[in-house]
Amino acid sequence: MDLSFFLISLLNGLSAGLLLFMLASGLTLIFSMMGVLNFAHASFYMVGAYVAYTITQVVGFWWGLLLAPPLVGLLGAAFERFALRRVHKFGHVPELLITFGLSYIILELVGLIWGRQALNFLPPEALRGPLFTIVELPGSLGFEWGTPPDICKTVAGAVCTQFPAFRAFGMAVAVLMLVAVWLLLTRTRIGLIIQAALTHPDAVESLGHNVPRVFMLVFGGGSALAGLAGVIGGALRVTEPSMALAVGAVVFAVIVIGGMGSLKGAFVASVGLGVIESFAVGSDRSIADGLMAVGMAVTPETLGYAVWSVKVSQIAAILPYLLLVLILIFRPKGLFGTREG
Amino acid sequence: MTLNRTWRTTALAAAAITAFCGAALAQSGQTVKIAFIDPLSGPFANIGQNQLKSWQFSAEQFNKKNAAGVKFEFVAFDNKASPQESLNNLKAAIDQGIRYVVQGNGSGAAAAISDAVTKHNERNPGKEVVYINYAAVDPDLTNSKCSFWHFRIDADTSMKMEALTSYMKDQPTVKNVYLINQNYSHGMQVSRYFKETMARKKPEVKIVGDDLHPLGQVKDFAPFVAKMKAAGADSIVTGNWGQDLTLLIKAAKDAGLNADFYTYYAVTGGVPTAMAAGVGGKVRVVAVGHNSIPGTVIKWQDEFKKKFNDDWYTLQTYNSIQMLSEGMARAKSVDPVKVATAMSGMKFMGFAGEVQMRKADHQLQQPLFITEWSKANAKNPYSVENTGFNFQEVKAIPAYVSSTPTSCQMKRPGA
Repeated sequence: MDLSFFLISLLNGLSAGLLLFMLASGLTLIFSMMGVLNFAHASFYMVGAYVAYTITQVVGFWWGLLLAPPLVGLLGAAFERFALRRVHKFGHVPELLITFGLSYIILELVGLIWGRQALNFLPPEALRGPLFTIVELPGSLGFEWGTPPDICKTVAGAVCTQFPAFRAFGMAVAVLMLVAVWLLLTRTRIGLIIQAALTHPDAVESLGHNVPRVFMLVFGGGSALAGLAGVIGGALRVTEPSMALAVGAVVFAVIVIGGMGSLKGAFVASVGLGVIESFAVGSDRSIADGLMAVGMAVTPETLGYAVWSVKVSQIAAILPYLLLVLILIFRPKGLFGTREG
Repeated sequence: MTLNRTWRTTALAAAAITAFCGAALAQSGQTVKIAFIDPLSGPFANIGQNQLKSWQFSAEQFNKKNAAGVKFEFVAFDNKASPQESLNNLKAAIDQGIRYVVQGNGSGAAAAISDAVTKHNERNPGKEVVYINYAAVDPDLTNSKCSFWHFRIDADTSMKMEALTSYMKDQPTVKNVYLINQNYSHGMQVSRYFKETMARKKPEVKIVGDDLHPLGQVKDFAPFVAKMKAAGADSIVTGNWGQDLTLLIKAAKDAGLNADFYTYYAVTGGVPTAMAAGVGGKVRVVAVGHNSIPGTVIKWQDEFKKKFNDDWYTLQTYNSIQMLSEGMARAKSVDPVKVATAMSGMKFMGFAGEVQMRKADHQLQQPLFITEWSKANAKNPYSVENTGFNFQEVKAIPAYVSSTPTSCQMKRPGA
């Protein structure tokens, strides 16, 4: 594997992983604070993309980025206050079911308001070109800001790969968001109250803090994070009604692998899965290759050849779920899990 | 006596004339309902919605005047691109008394429908249904899985590959080809037929990659594009359609791939907009038509644009309804068995010249075109998706060049 391909695969994987992390972080926070597995989390991601699209059409992308997450957060907080809270006293399964129902309602509402077609949500003009170009000439590896230099066209055997500016922007937003959330939880008063309410809600309540309001803030905050991920994901990929479905399943795999309730676990798992999938797509090896490397003869007549010859690139999309199953078998609480079951 | 005879002769003559006229116009004035079974929601909703409008628009044009004097009416069913859902839709259509079905998006759904229609017709004589496949191009549907009740209007993958490779073998820029396709019957056939046909015509062309990805699931093609770059691909051959093609081209542009694309479906909704700002290389299409075919095509595409602010790219709707109305006129009936018998082997005027529905396998034999995405000019003024670009003819492939043999052993009714 040549170096520029390795670097680009790594960068693509990081970018996909960090986008996944923005989504997973909100979900795992809500779970760790409230014990609620929010099935509608990916739907808030979708709403964030659609709301940002509408705002972008009117006043531009930057306002969309600024206003869409708080709006989605308000939506989440309102849902918690008026619906989820009533179901809280019945236990975890009813809470799960109500969020499941919400996901369907949001899906149909989005289709009704914005239609079932994919929307042309583009990144802002300033971020449309490449941020930098990796220039690989025979024998050397270079790096240029902006568009590919002329050597790319003149030197034979030159491989130049651009890295889009908007992807880099998405990665930066994800990292900033992580830092901001971590600082909020560990350095501010409200963060300390939230952490305390996690393990000792009654004690915190008896100290005079409004614990239900804290829960509402956490739910709203988690939804706002999903909305932020939606703004980036919608412009980077596609904004369409099936976008919630596309990410919903992987996000659950991420938080189970990372450990439910652990922010650190969500980070490691999402970045790990993103990078693994990126490299897996680039690999055409199969089990048959591995067997042949050890000296065994594998031909189309061998028993089970159809399975041994499956390339890693063909199963790249299901690798997260394969890992999910393995984690559940060997380490059910996840990589950094703090809660049982 | 003479009066009686005259009266009898006149009465007989009048009766004969009425019967004759009646027979010729037996189907005239009737409304023929046709079920449209394709995705109207999900990742391919935009294509399905455009095609439904195309069918309804074509029906309107033909309803003004057609050989059979019938009125065509389309009833829409959303199959969500799923073969299973298509069978439910088919059952609902049959229950509603609809005897004609059109479908095209997805060879998986097409195979399911073709099989279901054949079995239904065997078990329900007198209630037969005819299935017109306007876009599913898996060759098996007119070979190992052929059926008397299935009529394919689009050229199948074996024909498109014959046409495409006959063009590509003469291009000096084609040296390292990378294949990327959707992981289902259509995608696999594109890959298989390209490799076979190219090996036969120009074995020096290297295949540097052959990827299959899940249908409608991949939202980020950047890893695939990185792989293409690493393999040194200069030409990408893909049967991808809809979002899978739009996102692939977007990713190729973002990463600066600069390879030429050889596609089937760059004309479908969303792709032209993604290509407007340039792709880094040429984008070529092998298709049954293009934006500058004189006559019906240039007339209808302008009217369609005015009415819907969208493009008419499923030209097969014209050929399908033309074939149906010709078939009904010759059969003097709207009964599916008689119409299917009339259509089998029928020659008729398509939008690009004379075409024939081959009797042996019900595959329409027609000319194909290699077109290239280029800026609009005086000779080719149409603007696709308002981009100022359109698909211009680079090579016309007559029907006999792309025609491929068939292994179909067709069971005909009454045989």
